Amino acid sequence: MTTTPRAVRRKTRPAAPPDPARPLLPASAQIRLLDPAGTLLPAHPDYPAPPVEVLVELYRRMVLGRRFDLQATALTKQGRLAVYPSARGQEACQVGAMLALRDDDWVFPTYRESMALTARGIDPVEVLTLLRGDWHCGYDPAVRRTAPQCTPLATQCVHAAGLAYGEAHQGRDTVALAFLGDGATSEGDFHEGINFAAVFKAPVVYFIQNNEYAISVPLSRQTAAPSLAYKGVGYGVPSERVDGNDPVAVLAVLTRAVAHARAGHGPFLVEAHTYRMEPHTNADDAARYRDADEVASWQDRDPVVRLETYLRDRGALDDTTVARVAAQAEEHAADLRERMHDKPTVDPMTLFDHVYAEPTPQLVEQRAQVRAELAADQEGAG
Amino acid sequence: MASMTMAKALNTALADAMLDDDRVVVFGEDVGQLGGVFRITDGLAARFGDTRCFDTPLAEAGIVGFAVGLAMSGLRPVVEIQFDAFGYPAFEQIASHVAKLRNRTRGALTAPIVIRIPYAGGIGGVEHHCDSSEAYYAHTPGLKVVTPATVADAYSLLRSAIDDPDPVVFLEPKKLYFASAETQLPARTEPFGRAVVRRPGTDGTLVAYGPAVPVALAAAEAAQAEGWNLEVVDVRTIVPFDDDTVAASVRKTGRCVVVHEAQGFAGVGAEIAARMQERCFHSLHAPVLRVAGLDIPYPAPMLEHTHLPSVDRVLDAVARLQWDDQPDERWVAA
Repeated sequence: MTTTPRAVRRKTRPAAPPDPARPLLPASAQIRLLDPAGTLLPAHPDYPAPPVEVLVELYRRMVLGRRFDLQATALTKQGRLAVYPSARGQEACQVGAMLALRDDDWVFPTYRESMALTARGIDPVEVLTLLRGDWHCGYDPAVRRTAPQCTPLATQCVHAAGLAYGEAHQGRDTVALAFLGDGATSEGDFHEGINFAAVFKAPVVYFIQNNEYAISVPLSRQTAAPSLAYKGVGYGVPSERVDGNDPVAVLAVLTRAVAHARAGHGPFLVEAHTYRMEPHTNADDAARYRDADEVASWQDRDPVVRLETYLRDRGALDDTTVARVAAQAEEHAADLRERMHDKPTVDPMTLFDHVYAEPTPQLVEQRAQVRAELAADQEGAG
Repeated sequence: MASMTMAKALNTALADAMLDDDRVVVFGEDVGQLGGVFRITDGLAARFGDTRCFDTPLAEAGIVGFAVGLAMSGLRPVVEIQFDAFGYPAFEQIASHVAKLRNRTRGALTAPIVIRIPYAGGIGGVEHHCDSSEAYYAHTPGLKVVTPATVADAYSLLRSAIDDPDPVVFLEPKKLYFASAETQLPARTEPFGRAVVRRPGTDGTLVAYGPAVPVALAAAEAAQAEGWNLEVVDVRTIVPFDDDTVAASVRKTGRCVVVHEAQGFAGVGAEIAARMQERCFHSLHAPVLRVAGLDIPYPAPMLEHTHLPSVDRVLDAVARLQWDDQPDERWVAA
């Protein structure tokens, strides 16, 4: 990671006037730069394709991300994780969002963003701490500029608005990117968050991965709007829809959205149309709510294959590089397996840490009680 | 010494905190130009600018969630929830994020946020404006819950809340806003976690906080005429709770009545009563009693006087403290 400029406090950055080039309504069609077969479409006037070396890096991290995700699912089946919500099929969104940001920008992930967080460079074991069950968050959010993964669906939308406003208030040009799913757009906090961000011109990118289902409930039960990207209009927030399985388009659209926010134009909403190939989590049975044909139809739009095809056609990727990336992915997976093999030791006495800066007298009493219980257990065992 | 209202003391505390620390930002509904519906933020926007004290959209979850983000960026947010019952939309943000941020992140991120809430009744307010919501917050680990009963405490406890590294739900008794006392600011009183004896006594202990403290003091005065010399303990900080001071008083007097406005069932008074019987059983001459609001939705203004703990109701409870060593007839099986 690059070092974070911890700027001394300056006066509040003035918000820029509205970007006149930005209509509030999204384009009528999803932004798409590669067709599903991986062929480059005619250049889009608003969204130039990112440089090819960036796309090769995007490809590399998507391959690593997919392998990580498969490994995490396998670890769950082996009982190493309590639960794992897979993001397989959403690699373009998970990785593309991370490449659109600077290291000192802030990310507000949900529980489905484990792959994104590894793409951000966070140690996968630290990412999986929540799901392994030894603590609620394994990485240091302040150092990684990444909030703990959010399970209550949309509450992070408001935090992102506050963080982004607070950073601007202190003269820093940080952007916050908040992930959310299609179901979360029904939660009140999504609406309050985007409204606060808009009113205070907070530099936030709201990134909806619309993967068609909120556990089992299809999008048609979440909204009657023609697109989730339409939800920005009522808040005065420019919005865009993008083919979420087109890695080139996702990166291009998010890059522009981040630039819009960083320039002081306020928040931007992006809806990516994608699909989760796995059930909601390992504990879910997706066959109860979607049929195999539907899943198969998305298999044909695989984002990793799509980018690989394009880069090979451009001569930017060859067998050697593909094999090297695959080998690296295997190496990372083996390393993760190895490091997740042993159950972590957890110390019950840490239950009393971090409830308050200083424990209350009542917690001091309870800590003494638990310590005595543990000592008695040990004596009994010995 | 000047005569000062609690409202002015709170306003001064906010201004002094903003002056001392430019990380302190104050926001909420109508707190800017208007100065808040109770004028607690009066003049702050004009004095410190509208980046330090500002109005927000009318959305309580948004206000509290925004404060979480601001705290993550290094600021010290002080938010106002306009009325007690308007805080409920923010409950998820408070219970799941404000209270837990330190714990979830093992101290890497903290939420030094003050959530100011005008609360409780006695002002003839219509529904949704008079709730005593303290038990919801006190039941949530990670929060501190504070409620002043005196003008000096209003200033001092609010300054302490803003300086505190942990989130504080700061409950301001509406009916005491415009009660005044001779007070010299800046006053500093006892820290968080310390209850205070407001009236010494020997025969029984009245435990109260916030708007119930003046009721308890008035009851103690009236009881004097009946021959009972009662001690009054002001809890001040419900969390952290000062077991030691309250228990010392109860052990000394041997009798205890807890008084609060909130409905009694599963309320803070139940917790205090349980803690006192655990700690003082062998010193007690009578069961610990509670005088609380009725277990009803907060009533319409013309009926609230029947609901709220009154001096008479407190005296009735005191009379049942088995002075003649007879069991309370209400609990004797027929």
